[in-house]
Amino acid sequence: MVVQSDVIDDAGPYDRAKALSAFKLGDVTFYWITRLSAISVLLILGGIIVSLIVGAFPAMKEYGFSFLWTQRWAPSADPPVLGALGPMYGTLVTSFIAMLIAIPVGLGIAIFLTELCPQWLRRPIGMAIELLAGIPSIIYGMWGFFVLGPFLANTFQPFMIRIFDGVPVLGAIFAGPPSYLSTFNAALILAIMVLPFITSISVDVFKTVPPVLKEAAYGVGCTTWEVVRSVVIPYTRVGIIGGVMLALGRALGETMAVTFIIGNSFRISSSIFAPGTTISAAIASEFAESDGLHQSGLILLGLLLFVLTFFVLAAARLMLMRLDKKAGK
Amino acid sequence: MALNPIYSRRRRKDIVIRGLCFAAAAFGVTWLALILITLLFNGLAGLNLEIFVADTPPPGSTEGGLRNAIVGSIIMTLIGVGIGAPLGLFAGTYLAEYGRNDRLTSVIRFINDILLSAPSIIIGLFIYGAVVVPMRGFSAIAGSLALAVIVIPVVLRTTEDMLLLVPNPLREAASALGLPRSLVIKRIAYRAARSGLITGVLLATARVAGETAPLLFTALSNQFFSLGLNKTMANLPVTINNFVQSPYAYWKQLAWSGALLITLTVLALNIGARIVGAERTAK
Repeated sequence: MVVQSDVIDDAGPYDRAKALSAFKLGDVTFYWITRLSAISVLLILGGIIVSLIVGAFPAMKEYGFSFLWTQRWAPSADPPVLGALGPMYGTLVTSFIAMLIAIPVGLGIAIFLTELCPQWLRRPIGMAIELLAGIPSIIYGMWGFFVLGPFLANTFQPFMIRIFDGVPVLGAIFAGPPSYLSTFNAALILAIMVLPFITSISVDVFKTVPPVLKEAAYGVGCTTWEVVRSVVIPYTRVGIIGGVMLALGRALGETMAVTFIIGNSFRISSSIFAPGTTISAAIASEFAESDGLHQSGLILLGLLLFVLTFFVLAAARLMLMRLDKKAGK
Repeated sequence: MALNPIYSRRRRKDIVIRGLCFAAAAFGVTWLALILITLLFNGLAGLNLEIFVADTPPPGSTEGGLRNAIVGSIIMTLIGVGIGAPLGLFAGTYLAEYGRNDRLTSVIRFINDILLSAPSIIIGLFIYGAVVVPMRGFSAIAGSLALAVIVIPVVLRTTEDMLLLVPNPLREAASALGLPRSLVIKRIAYRAARSGLITGVLLATARVAGETAPLLFTALSNQFFSLGLNKTMANLPVTINNFVQSPYAYWKQLAWSGALLITLTVLALNIGARIVGAERTAK
């Protein structure tokens, strides 16, 4: 059959080559656009590291390693004395207390959602917990300052102080005048903020447990708790630890909420009801008005925080990746 | 017959732990409710038309709104998403389409996951060193770039996940018809994953709409209505941060109203993203 068409006559072999080369050009361009965009992620990481090191260099040269164990923070002294011990201690203590609260509660919610909750309640509760993660951190800060702070200072702290008064160690931890601005207040807010991360990752990894394993355990007469403790948790241990580390990474770097309620005091106090500071809070509250060595010191604090969170988050990812492999993804 | 004592002990333990899990869930939901109630209670009182048409007042004044801050926030969020979303989208495309078995891909995925949870104040420090210092001043464009850096990992992650969900036979069928690779991606993969890609952009917008820390020393903030990108620009989060710690009652009231606006916007974006995402699974 002979096709009689002006269009095909017009098109001819010549245009076919042109169309193909246009396709090829488009292909190559698109490939390189996507590849360069992907590489920009590495450039951002490199940029962060380089700009932090460049910014922190004057302080590194001035203080050396003594920066790490000096407690005094006197940027207006002459010459300024800067030490990271206070903020580092605050960062670690607030995150530690936050995890102490958030891990059992987060796992409890995950167990509730996967094992106990009636089907129709699952979505609303799961959504409510995930919306907690969506609330901007400055809102948590305001809420901690105006609502939680007064409650803790007027009700909870006097109660704890009365109970533990005179008890060694614990007495010192809970001692001191109650205050709106305290390490404990910040830690409690942090706990609420990281709760959704622990819960949602735990729910995800709990779902990877093969139903057969659980059914077998129920079949030999285990109670729900026994199934969770002896089957679900051992099977998903790596994933749970990964989720916890991810939450820890978040807690270490959380800024605005903590800045509002921790009180920004560089003195290390044995009491968790006393004001303190964290690395991120110190940067947020002082950076805009700083210059020279003071600013460099703050950037050095930022570098320490970045290194710390980088390793925690990297460990978290490696653990979660191990679980993904196990699940055959 | 009485129950076996061991069995009844196990049952008691189970009931106690079930109760604790239930209490934990109630605990989590209670916080959300408490925060929303506080916000509504404090924020609704000051919410009126003036908020949207008047600029932030000078100290001590009892009239004024948040117009400049709202406009500034919208501008910076849009520019940030406008820069960050295409970059994240293309990068995610590379990871899912071109570099599936690439070594580069696994490195980028790993680094991206870390950037996803990196402290936002560090991003602020980065942009301060990379943009504010060379430009010799705080500027709206620096703030937008800081937000863009936060947007990229979020969009990259969802784009990659969503493109990987697109079944391969679709791509193979398109290739068999002679479609070049870039058109297979643009016409087939993007269309199949469209609702997922939109979800990613919405989630990223929600994430940066309330960000405060990276704006503190990049865009700073000011008291005036300004549209210039090379100057400081008023924005809602930093304005709230400054007003809420002030001694003036009216500023505090404005801060609460602003906080309510931001939270409602962010939650609406989050819920919207979930609805768009759910359409996909329902199909």
